[in-house]
Amino acid sequence: MRRAQHNRIGDQPWVKWLLVGLTLTLAVLLLLVPLVMIFAQAFSAGVAGYIENLSDSITLHAIGLTLLVAALTVPLNLVFGTALAWAVTRFNFPGRKLLITLIDIPFAVSPVVAGLLYLVLYGNNGWVGSWLSDYDVQLMFAWPGIVMVTVFVTCPFVARELIPLMQQQGSEEEEAAVVLGASGWRLFRKITLPNIKWALIYGVVLTNARAVGEFGAVSVVSGNIRGETNTLPLHVELLYQDYNIVGAFASASLLAGIAVLTLAVKGVVEWHQSRETVETPSDRTGA
Amino acid sequence: MTSRQHSVPQSSGAPFGGRLFGSRSKRVLPGFALSLGISLFFVSLVLLLPISGLVMETSGMGWARFWQVITDPRVIESYKVTLWTALAASLFNGAFGLLLAWVLVRYEFPGKRLVDAMVDLPFALPTAVAGITLAGLFSQNGWYGQWLAQLGIDVAFTPLGIVVAMSFTSIPFVVRTVQPVLEDMAPEDEEAAITLGATDLRVFRQVVFPAIWPALVTGIALSFTRSLGEFGAIIFIAGNMPYVSEVTSLMIFIRLQEFDYAAASAIASVVLLVSLVLLFSINLWQARFLRRLAGR
Repeated sequence: MRRAQHNRIGDQPWVKWLLVGLTLTLAVLLLLVPLVMIFAQAFSAGVAGYIENLSDSITLHAIGLTLLVAALTVPLNLVFGTALAWAVTRFNFPGRKLLITLIDIPFAVSPVVAGLLYLVLYGNNGWVGSWLSDYDVQLMFAWPGIVMVTVFVTCPFVARELIPLMQQQGSEEEEAAVVLGASGWRLFRKITLPNIKWALIYGVVLTNARAVGEFGAVSVVSGNIRGETNTLPLHVELLYQDYNIVGAFASASLLAGIAVLTLAVKGVVEWHQSRETVETPSDRTGA
Repeated sequence: MTSRQHSVPQSSGAPFGGRLFGSRSKRVLPGFALSLGISLFFVSLVLLLPISGLVMETSGMGWARFWQVITDPRVIESYKVTLWTALAASLFNGAFGLLLAWVLVRYEFPGKRLVDAMVDLPFALPTAVAGITLAGLFSQNGWYGQWLAQLGIDVAFTPLGIVVAMSFTSIPFVVRTVQPVLEDMAPEDEEAAITLGATDLRVFRQVVFPAIWPALVTGIALSFTRSLGEFGAIIFIAGNMPYVSEVTSLMIFIRLQEFDYAAASAIASVVLLVSLVLLFSINLWQARFLRRLAGR
């Protein structure tokens, strides 16, 4: 009877509170404090100083360029990620597993290497770049190059969110709809889309977070021209190296804000997914 | 998205066409040609073409020069620094990640949801922002740096700073691989062992650990792979002293700034090869481990 309320290990109060205490301490020191510090530094010159730091023309240009890059990258990767997830979860074909592994390459490759891959190919002395420069097309050290490497770096996110979910859901509903005569587009909109909606939203949010925040790959191909090819993360670096620490953190706080929003969306998505799991137990659980 | 509409007549009218490809069932659904076509086009253009461009670039430089560049003493020193710091960071994350996963799965406590959400912060936060933040915290007069300085520990501008940056950016990997496995563990084995009088530590070693170690290894390997390539978070805190705190991705960056594209490509090809080998090994390892789980 002594063991009655102790049937799993680590349930004794002292073990539990020791481990929880250690976790909370580390989580606060390694995760929460850094986040708080960004905003503390950003506002260290007061709200007026914060606004002033963000409203100079070079910062505004960096914000605009960053938004442009995200606006071009996200839709491209949304189409690609959805198409890839549909192909690999709804059909069997030779090389399917290889394809799933290939899209993880950007996760494994160093951002600097990613930038270099594009610079070597599309730069003025590059294989494709030298041909393009004959037509006066300059991709590297200009905004198109930034978009290209950002597409590379962020292309796995949507597919990675969709594939496990679509695999788990199976295709019975969709097959039934086809048998009943639904057309392809209608099938996707009425059956598939509602099922994958939340994962798709989270995939887009993750793609966006990484697209606005990419640093290594972008700094290789951007050329860092102030007010021209400077994205927000590069701008943060420039300000920091100019010893304008408060300005650097003011710009960084915008990026940190997007990160916090991303985490909030993840929370909402998981909450919806777990609710759907309760309604239909065959669905997968969150995470 | 509108191009999808385009495929409708052709593919929904051809449920038999799929047999041409000779694979099993599943070809009832429309959109095979379209979705695979987009995927292959994209993968070839975005991933494979640039990688083959790198192979072309390095193959043009000749073996002797290639070897000389990748075995330059300063570059060799950067490999060493990168490898040991990435190893230290991923082992730290193995321990911290296991602790986090265990606590989040097994216990209820105030702030649990917040901690669970915060775990993903390093993935959502841009690396440059992480870099300047950590550099600020650990600098001589930073919130952490001033305390550590009294203990005689210097983090900023030393290889230890690299470990800190790598650890931070790869915190989520171990947690998110171990967490689902812990959640799925049935309590019966554990209960039986406890009833038979085994101590908690022994139950953990002999019942829990055998179930979670493949996921733990996967998480550590992912964390290691990520750390090897990390750049943004590191350069602000490392001090970047040649032969001391210079990581390999920075080495590539420096060669690029010297406009020595060939040398940069040579070093990058070494890094790329290592990351691809790691990626394929992790995927094979996961496939084997998943099959074993399914077979039980």
